[in-house]
Amino acid sequence: MKKDIIIGGVGGQGALTIATTIGLAALSEGLQLKQSEVHGMSQRGGDVQSHLRISSNSIASDLIPEGKADMIIAVEPMESLRYFNMLSKENGWLITSINPFNNISNYPDLEDVLSEIRKLPRYVTIDADKIAKDQGSVKAANIVVLGAASPYLGLKYESLEKAIKQLFGKKGDDIVQLNLKALRAGREFAEKNS
Amino acid sequence: MDKLLLLGDEAIAQGAVDAGISGVFAYPGTPSTEITEYIQASKEAKERHIASAWSANEKTAMETAIGMSYAGKRALVCMKHVGLNVAADAFINSSITGAHGGLVVVSADDPSMHSSQNEQDSRFYGKFAQIPIMEPSNQQEAYDMTLYAFELSEKYGTPVLLRPTTRLSHSRSGVARKTPREENPLSLPSDLKQFVLLPSIARKQYNTLLGKQKAFEQEGEESGYNQFFDGKDKSMGIIACGLAYNYLLENYQQTEIPYPVLKISQYPVSKKLVKQIYDEVDSVLVLEEGYPILEELVRGILDEGKPVKGRMDGTLPRAGELNPNLVGKALGIDIAEGYEIPDILKGRPPLLCDGCPHWDSFGALNEVMAEYTKGRVLADIGCYTLSALPPLESINSCVDMGASITMAVGAAEAGLVPAVAAIGDSTFTHSGMTGLLDAVNRNVPITVLLLDNSTTGMTGGQDAAGFGKLDNIVKGMGVAEEHIRIIKPLRRLHDENVQVFKEEIAYEGVSVIIARRECVQTLARRMKLKHAKKKTEAVNK
Repeated sequence: MKKDIIIGGVGGQGALTIATTIGLAALSEGLQLKQSEVHGMSQRGGDVQSHLRISSNSIASDLIPEGKADMIIAVEPMESLRYFNMLSKENGWLITSINPFNNISNYPDLEDVLSEIRKLPRYVTIDADKIAKDQGSVKAANIVVLGAASPYLGLKYESLEKAIKQLFGKKGDDIVQLNLKALRAGREFAEKNS
Repeated sequence: MDKLLLLGDEAIAQGAVDAGISGVFAYPGTPSTEITEYIQASKEAKERHIASAWSANEKTAMETAIGMSYAGKRALVCMKHVGLNVAADAFINSSITGAHGGLVVVSADDPSMHSSQNEQDSRFYGKFAQIPIMEPSNQQEAYDMTLYAFELSEKYGTPVLLRPTTRLSHSRSGVARKTPREENPLSLPSDLKQFVLLPSIARKQYNTLLGKQKAFEQEGEESGYNQFFDGKDKSMGIIACGLAYNYLLENYQQTEIPYPVLKISQYPVSKKLVKQIYDEVDSVLVLEEGYPILEELVRGILDEGKPVKGRMDGTLPRAGELNPNLVGKALGIDIAEGYEIPDILKGRPPLLCDGCPHWDSFGALNEVMAEYTKGRVLADIGCYTLSALPPLESINSCVDMGASITMAVGAAEAGLVPAVAAIGDSTFTHSGMTGLLDAVNRNVPITVLLLDNSTTGMTGGQDAAGFGKLDNIVKGMGVAEEHIRIIKPLRRLHDENVQVFKEEIAYEGVSVIIARRECVQTLARRMKLKHAKKKTEAVNK
């Protein structure tokens, strides 16, 4: 088992939380892991990314080689384009929210962004904000996207649920339940629409 | 013991705690900040009363650590690479005094300048100081090497430099701990003149340092951190330093590496190790993250030996960090290609946060400066450096910590009047105060905008050394009281604030405007904690 995953978004959108959740789930299945994160300047509203590598064997590089990522998970559609060069042409999946985070003056037309994504052979585009709102809060949009990615991660769904309980436990049961529902809703959407 | 999932930075921190340090001394700086933060949050560290408060700057941190080493205990110092410039005086001289208690200096390099103004290579400093350097290639090594570095430091009575780079500092992986060691008892050096660098003593101490060099090389041959792996194909030998070794391995996941490989993670590198690989191959490829330091040594000035490939001949880019693809190409391996990045993708540079006080401070400043010709605002390092970018475009310089005030003084002395300096509260106490004293003594017409958001914002909101003390510091430096103006940067006070800027910029002497409003990030965090505390209290009732 080996999955190389790029997680992208804008600072503050919860991209690193997705990485941490998958990481915890992978650890609970006894897998090895390397997770590279962006700290510092870019966290101020700039683009952020995480390279997450999970494997049953030892992992050499902290960075995923170009063209070798099994998956891009993006919490923002234009940000998903930033990592196209990383995605494997053989088997790569792209999972992205379709909700733009528009903090730049020259943001491209959303339809153009989505049509670039739809040229790929394997993708899921999801209205994560709406689905998260339906579950109780737009704040869980990142976990909705994770849910949409979950069928292709090669991890047990229960491991992800366990990781969410572990990660959000400190914030109270309400937050845990919200995120579990968000995960489920994202997964159901992906199973119906990919 | 179960493996811990740690950032490279955190692995160093845990290693230091387990090595029995009694203090960590640091000023925040990406990518080194998480080392100290980990120790500050560590339960064990708290129970052991490990000193971990932030220092005012890297130099005070380094000197405090030398003091702890003098008193026989183990001390860790952490900074980013450019911080070592600030600490350089203390750092270089600590190699002459030598250490008593273990002394390990971490300088985290930032090749590709993800959050820095240059990509200087700290290994140069280690060589300059003539002390051992450790360069971990993964998180486990970062942990193990920290323990080893303290042993090495006490064995030879020398400071040791530990050099991680961004990708290791900020990447997580499993780390196995070793049995923690007790802290050292308080003890003074047997020679109470060891730390007195009077010329007569310094000459003796320097000779002692020179005398240790051979042993430092031998340690690198025996520690296991430098390793030779033979290969069948002798057409090329590969020397891979630190993280570059991982990128080499990444390119041979399915097959064995055909070439002989020398992995380097400890310096100084001995002639014996390099000779072993050099003698049996036709050419050498040097892979190193940072400057081509080892490559230059292998080539020599004349570069007339066997062909050497690396950053200096274009096999690898001269600047920027390495990655698996760059290394793969250098090895002549076919590289997988992903999809083309669509043209419509736009850059997304970092921005000041919504509601950040700097918006209002620079909004008012911009209005006043519009009355003058452009190019009069000398600034500094912090979140507010982002005001150089649109839409604000307020500032004209960012050179090093504290350079705003001193550059404004120099520009004013050259005739640029008025000149304005913009500096944050943490940067001011780091290296700005002495510049303000210069300004007062020269009585130059400058206005200092002291942006007091009461934290070290850019690195994530660490305690600022001058909190609650700034007004008195400015007064104490000799700025006239009527020209110390305190404003609250808020949109609704814009007109009032513009008036203050107008008056003080027109004043032909040193004035300081303290724009005081808490960082929105630390404020939000405080409110969240307060809310959570109230909630728990309510439940407990």
